[in-house]
Amino acid sequence: MLNSLPERVAKVTPLAAARRIRGLSDRTIAWIFVGPTIFLLLAINIFPLLWTIRLSLTNYRANQPNRPLQWVGLDNYRRILNDPDIWNTMQVTAHFLIWTIVLQVLIGFTLAWLINRKFKGSDLWTTIIVLPMMLSPAVVGNFWTFFYQPQIGIFNYVVAFFAGADPSSFTMIGSVDLAPWSIVIVDTWMWTPFVMLICLAGLRSIPSYIYEAAAIDRASSWRQFWTITIPMVMPFLMLAVLFRGIENFKMFDLVVQLTGGGPGSITELTSINLKREAFEKWRTGYASAYAIILFVTVFGLASIYVKALNKVKER
Amino acid sequence: MSSYSITAPSSRQKWIAGTFVILYALITITPLVWIIATGFKSGPDSISYPPKVLFQPRLEGYVNLFTTRTRANAEDLAAMPPPETWYEQVVRDNGMVIAGPSRFGERFLNSVIIGFGSTFLSVFLGTLAAYAFSRFKIPLKDDLLFFILSTRMMPPIAVAIPIFLMFRTLGLSDTHLGMILLYTAVNISLAVWLLKGFIDEIPREYEEAALIDGYTRFQAFYKVVLPQAATGIASTAIFCLIFAWNEYAFAVLLTSGTAQTAPPFIPTIIGVGGKDWPAVAAGATLFLLPVMVFTILLRKHLLRGITFGAVRK
Repeated sequence: MLNSLPERVAKVTPLAAARRIRGLSDRTIAWIFVGPTIFLLLAINIFPLLWTIRLSLTNYRANQPNRPLQWVGLDNYRRILNDPDIWNTMQVTAHFLIWTIVLQVLIGFTLAWLINRKFKGSDLWTTIIVLPMMLSPAVVGNFWTFFYQPQIGIFNYVVAFFAGADPSSFTMIGSVDLAPWSIVIVDTWMWTPFVMLICLAGLRSIPSYIYEAAAIDRASSWRQFWTITIPMVMPFLMLAVLFRGIENFKMFDLVVQLTGGGPGSITELTSINLKREAFEKWRTGYASAYAIILFVTVFGLASIYVKALNKVKER
Repeated sequence: MSSYSITAPSSRQKWIAGTFVILYALITITPLVWIIATGFKSGPDSISYPPKVLFQPRLEGYVNLFTTRTRANAEDLAAMPPPETWYEQVVRDNGMVIAGPSRFGERFLNSVIIGFGSTFLSVFLGTLAAYAFSRFKIPLKDDLLFFILSTRMMPPIAVAIPIFLMFRTLGLSDTHLGMILLYTAVNISLAVWLLKGFIDEIPREYEEAALIDGYTRFQAFYKVVLPQAATGIASTAIFCLIFAWNEYAFAVLLTSGTAQTAPPFIPTIIGVGGKDWPAVAAGATLFLLPVMVFTILLRKHLLRGITFGAVRK
């Protein structure tokens, strides 16, 4: 496909236009301009992906490069799909995904709706709310382990203060019940502003004459909210969910710093599990098959979702 | 109900909305304020119970961040010549002596080199590609653009396996060049998508006029289009810089010594006998502050950047 790119460009660019201009022709420029980007992506994305597929059919171990390579066919895939541990991490990931998305959509939309009242200083406060989202998840995640410490941690202290409990009576990261929530809380803290910003753009895109017309028709503000605001913001909201869904499916840095997947494997998301297989147990072939399965899952789910999103947009 | 308006919220509504938003903002900013404050606390103050809101500000955290220290006993300390610098004084007050500089400076510099290097490359290549995608008829344009975007969907760990092997073969493991190329490949999808949006917004008539005046296509590109796209290019560059700056997964897997950036390093900072939270906080503050400043500068383009140009205000 790509080898024939210059020829195709040549065919499509009108000759007259090319002749009119001195120097390089448009088709040459198009080729020169797009070429390096495509080349870089082929070298550092597509080639590795193909290599991963190849490795996934072998029993290769990266820490023993001289061991004779054995082709195992689809064995790795079969083993992964029958591995209860992997289904467990899938469940952990699904739990994490669902709760972060639900919380971020609810809080993010509410905030956007409130900010859209355009009170004095709303721009300044919006900028402050947005700050956590732009920061390094690894560095911030590491610091949250400090906030979560029993007694000395500010999070435990504040929660205990309002709940009237003893701050050392619970630990967020170390406990089996609370650890999954500890990562949901930090992710929600970090990424709610993302959903908020997109919702805000959606709310601002609604022309005010629609509300005026509805008010003339004596539609209650409750009814206006459900029949105008929600449907008009829906495509934006769905886009936000798509971005958060993909990002959190890949989630690694924040959680690895916060809990490292622990205690046990209570918060072991797929990326962390994959990292263990590939870079701690060095089962490279097996991990490659795992990576391919994850990639196909994200890609498949995202494609289905985008189709649904386009349907909503058309309405 | 005298000045009844349906579209403009009443002042009472505004007041209630403002209260809730400000309350949320104050809660959400607390962890960041706490990090900055912890950087100026002394060791005991940082882990006191109950957590200290008011404290005597110290530079201990910052001194510890940049130095390695060893414990010295009281007689040895007394026998030593008086400290020459203020930071030696700070260390000695805690019963320790400076053993040498820490690795933080190098790691921070690595972040700067790799961040700026990859940003320059991705914006340079991205601008060229975006211009071509915006102005020329390219076969399979939509497919190519989607392909560029889809490279972003892969979990970094999944790509890291073959890249780890590839870099090992090519001798690029733990080198600045390897990390710059890798981050460029990661960021280029963002750069192309954002810049295409910005260039699409520049009317074609400007270039066409220049072409008729006898400019070559290339001259029209860099004398007409580039200056017009300057704001877009600058904000794209900042987004690329922030993403490269914050990246952790590749950095932790592919670098260990010479090319290690700050994000994998900061969590590993420890003091003499346990985690030195003021030093970690000092490092985090120095690392996070530039991004906070950039975020404030970028606030008008923020939405566009984080959604790959899908939502424009």
